[in-house]
Amino acid sequence: MDNLLSIVTFIPAVAALIMAVFLRGDDEAARKNAKWIALFATSATFVVSLFILAGFDRNNTDFQMVEDTTWLMGLQYKMGVDGISILFVMLATFMMPLVIAASWNVETRVKEYMIAFLMLETLMLGVFMALDLVLFYVFFEAGLIPMFLIIGIWGGANRIYASFKFFLYTFLGSVLMLIAMVAMFADAGTTDIAKLLVHEFSYGSFDLLGIHIVGGMQTLMFLAFFASFAVKMPMWPVHTWLPDAHVQAPTAGSVVLAAILLKMGGYGFLRFSLPMFPVGSDVLAPTVLWMSAIAIVYTSLVALVQQDMKKLIAYSSVAHMGFVTMGIFAANQQGIDGAIFQMISHGFISGALFLCVGVIYDRMHTREIDAYGGLVNRMPAYAMIFMFFTMANVGLPGTSGFVGEFLTLVAVFKVNTWVAAVATSGVIFSAAYALWLYRRVVMGDLIKESLKSITDMGTRERVIFAPLVVMTILLGVYPALVLDIIGPSVTALVTNYETALAAADAVSQAASQ
Amino acid sequence: MELTVLFAPLIGSLLCGFGWRFVGETTAQWIATGFLFLAAFLSWIIFLSFDGVTEQIHILRWIESGSLSTDWAIRLDRLTAIMLVVITSVSSLVHLYSFGYMADDPQWKDGESYKPRFFAYLSFFTFAMLMLVTSDNLIQMFFGWEGVGVASYLLIGFYYRKPSANAAAIKAFVVNRIGDFGFALGIFGIYMLTDSVKFDDIFAAMPALAEMSITFLWADWNAANLLAILLFIGAMGKSAQLILHTWLPDAMEGPTPVSALIHAATMVTAGVFLMCRMSPLLEFAPQATMFITVLGATTAFFAATVGLVQTDIKRVIAYSTCSQLGYMFVAVGVGMYSAAMFHLFTHAFFKAMLFLGAGSVIHAMHHEQDMNNYGALRKKIPWTFRAMMLGTLAITGVGIPFSYDMFGFPIGFAGFVSKDVIIESAFAGGSSYGFWMLVIAAAMTSFYSWRLMFMTFYGEARGDKHTHDHAHESPMVMLIPLGVLSLGAIFAGMLWFKPFFGHADQVATFYGIPYAEEGAHGDAHGETKTDDYGDTKADDHAKDDGKKAKHHYVFTGKPGEGALYIAPDNHVLEDAHAVPKWVKASPFIAMLGGFLMAMWFYIWNPTLPARLAENQRPLYLFLKNKWYIDELYDFLFVNPAKALGRFLWKRGDGQVIDGTLNGVAMGIIPFFTKLAGRAQSGYIFTYAFAMVIGIAVLVTWMTMSGGAH
Repeated sequence: MDNLLSIVTFIPAVAALIMAVFLRGDDEAARKNAKWIALFATSATFVVSLFILAGFDRNNTDFQMVEDTTWLMGLQYKMGVDGISILFVMLATFMMPLVIAASWNVETRVKEYMIAFLMLETLMLGVFMALDLVLFYVFFEAGLIPMFLIIGIWGGANRIYASFKFFLYTFLGSVLMLIAMVAMFADAGTTDIAKLLVHEFSYGSFDLLGIHIVGGMQTLMFLAFFASFAVKMPMWPVHTWLPDAHVQAPTAGSVVLAAILLKMGGYGFLRFSLPMFPVGSDVLAPTVLWMSAIAIVYTSLVALVQQDMKKLIAYSSVAHMGFVTMGIFAANQQGIDGAIFQMISHGFISGALFLCVGVIYDRMHTREIDAYGGLVNRMPAYAMIFMFFTMANVGLPGTSGFVGEFLTLVAVFKVNTWVAAVATSGVIFSAAYALWLYRRVVMGDLIKESLKSITDMGTRERVIFAPLVVMTILLGVYPALVLDIIGPSVTALVTNYETALAAADAVSQAASQ
Repeated sequence: MELTVLFAPLIGSLLCGFGWRFVGETTAQWIATGFLFLAAFLSWIIFLSFDGVTEQIHILRWIESGSLSTDWAIRLDRLTAIMLVVITSVSSLVHLYSFGYMADDPQWKDGESYKPRFFAYLSFFTFAMLMLVTSDNLIQMFFGWEGVGVASYLLIGFYYRKPSANAAAIKAFVVNRIGDFGFALGIFGIYMLTDSVKFDDIFAAMPALAEMSITFLWADWNAANLLAILLFIGAMGKSAQLILHTWLPDAMEGPTPVSALIHAATMVTAGVFLMCRMSPLLEFAPQATMFITVLGATTAFFAATVGLVQTDIKRVIAYSTCSQLGYMFVAVGVGMYSAAMFHLFTHAFFKAMLFLGAGSVIHAMHHEQDMNNYGALRKKIPWTFRAMMLGTLAITGVGIPFSYDMFGFPIGFAGFVSKDVIIESAFAGGSSYGFWMLVIAAAMTSFYSWRLMFMTFYGEARGDKHTHDHAHESPMVMLIPLGVLSLGAIFAGMLWFKPFFGHADQVATFYGIPYAEEGAHGDAHGETKTDDYGDTKADDHAKDDGKKAKHHYVFTGKPGEGALYIAPDNHVLEDAHAVPKWVKASPFIAMLGGFLMAMWFYIWNPTLPARLAENQRPLYLFLKNKWYIDELYDFLFVNPAKALGRFLWKRGDGQVIDGTLNGVAMGIIPFFTKLAGRAQSGYIFTYAFAMVIGIAVLVTWMTMSGGAH
């Protein structure tokens, strides 16, 4: 199959189209059909995506299964995967059937809801596979629309505020990225990402508005892309949209947001910032490392005092993304391996944690921590699952949460011990807020009258959690499943990065002599 | 066989924890216990037949990234073998004991199945602990390290309805994480400098490390010293040493078998094990070991003072544990790793027995733990009394002083032998602070241990009469473990004295360290009589029984050869054998002093303690409140952390970030919201419009400038 990637990308979109055209009415049967179609489409996407994984040559660091045709107005439609992107594709296709299954209780505008999620899947997959700047931008930006709708229509009481905050933040970032893309095209004369990766953007320092800019164009472009990706991650201090978005989003929306959408930022850093603007990255890496370390401690402390379960987990997400940016900008093998691993692992773990909140939200319709307490008495299976993912979230060795954190910390220790020490202290705070949350929700005697009749997880819920538990343990015990795939591509990335820096260094030294 | 030992507890745990619904509670418990006894049996075979040669068994690949490469693997050497028997023996006995202790727990309502969960946790703990001690690299060790932390968390919080138990569980985990913070940084540093996390590679690189300096935080440090300190911070957390000790007394909220297994015999000794494992590093880190000595000695002293006035029977023993761990660290600090392991080994038996004995008392007294409500119990629970008496004799160090000099082997209870060994080593190691602190602590140990015995078993019955009337001896499943452990408390010291603390050749053979004869025989024999351990072992043993005093042996192993590394200039072992007579007698005198004081206070003059507490109220309260360290930490760390979190959230996120960075947007959002309210779907278009404009600009511009090609 020459166009396997496109098939995977567009299965959900086709299913959404079918649903939009053929599914009529809003009765019980129509809703059921919508759910089943969505579940079937996302499952099929996952199954087909397994062929990508099977056909992937892990020793080849170039783009594979490339599709390249001319699109409208002379633009290129170019798709492909390499060791860096393939696992994000797999993560997305893996999570989506679970997300749909977790939405089984949705009763309002079911058809539209499922269409939104299916479109979202197509656009997310597109982001990770696009090998053309314009195509990437289209997928990247268009992905906002369904998410925006999901929060705005199926969200909580304050959803309008949250969805606009989400939109404004991410959109302002993208505008800068768009400008940088135009500049890149002007400089390199192509929008082909594969070609841009080998293009050398100028890094001669110059003065702009009286400010001396080290690294020149590269630094500026880096900053422009950074504006977009940092918001997406999100990095401190542009993270404040995330807790609001999570709180207002429906459970499934939160899962997608945390598990997949946030990873676009990290992926962007690895696809664009680091390889295309090595000098710019190098100039700003210390700043980014510090922002990451601050993010980890800052958001962990904030998480400690949250009253709303989702907000707490959202802040925890920001802290975990801090490890990712820290690993990426440590810019060595362990750092980037760890960053990618952390993103994949965080997809499972934070997704599962939001699902855990969803389980009790479905029953009690509140996320207020104080409204709970003593759930273990009536929900032992839930208590166990929640405990498991709490431990995975605090990076317990043997779960996937450990590997990413450990690798990124090892990596940054080589670069800057201060950052490493500050970031490592995050493991203390994460234990504190996660266990404190668990204690208030699950432990203790069950005294609240409203909880007396709460029921444990049903079969559907258990089935949703099962694959996540399996993946969390599997990757924790045998991380080679991931590291073997990403390793060679990361090595190539790091080597190119270092070569470029060395070359730039040599040039500047020659100039100064 | 090693794999069976390692995984039997895990399998038992899973079968018991998930399978009990299918096979029934009791069967599930027996499955877990059976697997543990199997592991214990095999561990003893390994321990007794082990020849000192380090073995490595590869299981599975683990984290591999660039030059960082880790496997799941077993490293079996003498240190591991010692820990295997300690862990599996105590654990299997605790499993057995729990049948009785957990039989009808008043914490639970009728019909609640809590027992399989308890056994599953116990077995899981054992597995994690075994992973810790069998690891052949630092990261797998960290896995075990955190794994036992989780098991400890789950078991301390086992009574999940009790708020105090939940709080104690979190405290234990978080305080341990502070230690792990240091441990982790230590691992990072070691990896950075040696490019490996495997023990073999690390040990080989140690001599070079001692010469290196490393930039860490604000200064340059000697690499070996810095890394040793960082790892020691981890050990401080796990082994409840001063500063990070606060979790251990609170951990007594867990069921008593847990306290015996985790918080006395095994998990808390992991820090000592780590330090002994890293002996090749410590031998090159003189400042770090000095710090360890001082901190260990101070902890031994501090915990003993607090133990003097506690009235909860389990807390007394908990502080005692804390104090005894301090002893072990002093031994580590002065370079007598073998003595530390010796005390770890004997302590596991008698301390587990004391805890299980205390559990038996608590069980008899319907879960009353305050010693003020005990008294005169020796008739009511005679077997428990006897066991506790043996444990007390062991911990206080009862034995015949100078018996080694007279008979060629020491005569005394386990604690007598191993504690004296440490005190003599402290003196020989040149740490007079350590020596005196330990001697004073020994007197206090004797005092609080006898106080416990007198308050519990002698005097008059106090407290609820009904409870006393119904006090009953525990069932056989609880008494048998006590009996087995008492064998250890009596004989472990005498039996294993020579391998742990004999002459250099005996110790070297035991640990598989190459050694050579020194001087005496001239050069004919050649000072390079570095044996390969296996072959010469037999005739070494033949020589042992003879007149070894005439031979002098020195350790010639390089770092990584054998289970311990003892540097050529480390003569503490030989020096400790030759300490002055008064040094050898001092712990015995301290023990007698403590015993007499306890007699005076609690038998001869029982009103004295209350009067003294009244007269010396500030001192009493200071000790009773554990030097106010918990309060200090709340004031210094816990409350500020929460306040800071609140501040960052409300001010940082709420005002500064959302306010400034986003000031314009914040003005726009309400406007949009209003718009959206007016036209239900208006805002969708707003966004789509902006999107389209963006793409349109891009596309147009590209087309105008000649397309993508």
